[in-house]
Amino acid sequence: MKRKVLFFISSGLLLASFYMVLVFVPTEKDMGIVQRIFYYHVPLAWIAFLAFFVVFFASIGYLIKRKPLWDHIACASAEIGLVFISLMLLTGMIWAKAAWGAWWIWEPRLTTSLVLWFIYVAYFIVRAYVIEEERKARFGAVVGIIGFLNVPLVFLSVTLWRTQHPPLTIFTEGLVGSMMATLMVCLVAFNFFYFYLLAEGTLMKADERTVKQLKEESIRRNP
Amino acid sequence: MENAGYMLSAFIIIWAALLGYVFMLSRRQAKIHRDIELLKENISQQG
Repeated sequence: MKRKVLFFISSGLLLASFYMVLVFVPTEKDMGIVQRIFYYHVPLAWIAFLAFFVVFFASIGYLIKRKPLWDHIACASAEIGLVFISLMLLTGMIWAKAAWGAWWIWEPRLTTSLVLWFIYVAYFIVRAYVIEEERKARFGAVVGIIGFLNVPLVFLSVTLWRTQHPPLTIFTEGLVGSMMATLMVCLVAFNFFYFYLLAEGTLMKADERTVKQLKEESIRRNP
Repeated sequence: MENAGYMLSAFIIIWAALLGYVFMLSRRQAKIHRDIELLKENISQQG
């Protein structure tokens, strides 16, 4: 029931964001139409960071409590985070090509983001190579905790080093009026969408565990 | 309308990926539910 509510709210908000980004918001005068990518690029990055924070938090929860639910949350969130960070990198590359004339530049924000992407790919490789459920969850939790340490580095990379990536000054220097409203609608929509995906993903991980247990029971009864 | 192609490709990638992900999740979920039903049926037949 709650998942259905989350689905309908996030669908409505995502449709509203689509309308606002394509129709409602005015074209930025310096960068032109390509600047509209920004309204999705920033929420994609925000959700990726949020998802990895949830992985970090749930991984600590798992190591303390050893309850499978924490591992299901961590694993579901890592999957969503990987989808969102992949989209963040792709949209960033498209924007970079339009703004800087190159798809990729080895500057601190882009490089640390790519390292983060590799860390969460490694999270799934580690899980795939371990068969036993408890060890899989434990190893995943360790990678989830260590991997999160790169997130603050990605976030602060624009202030720690000289980079070509623009700093996040929208909240200090101010996007005004309709531009700020559009960004806020996109952020809220993506947050709802994330929690919907997290609820579905967590439930699915629990069901996958049930399938495994039922298979084991079936083999035990009929070896 | 300079750079409209870049914007369009970014939007197509975002929406195709997100819709594809939701679709894939629902397919995976349906398969898991089918597996659970089958396994439960198998176990009950085994007694």
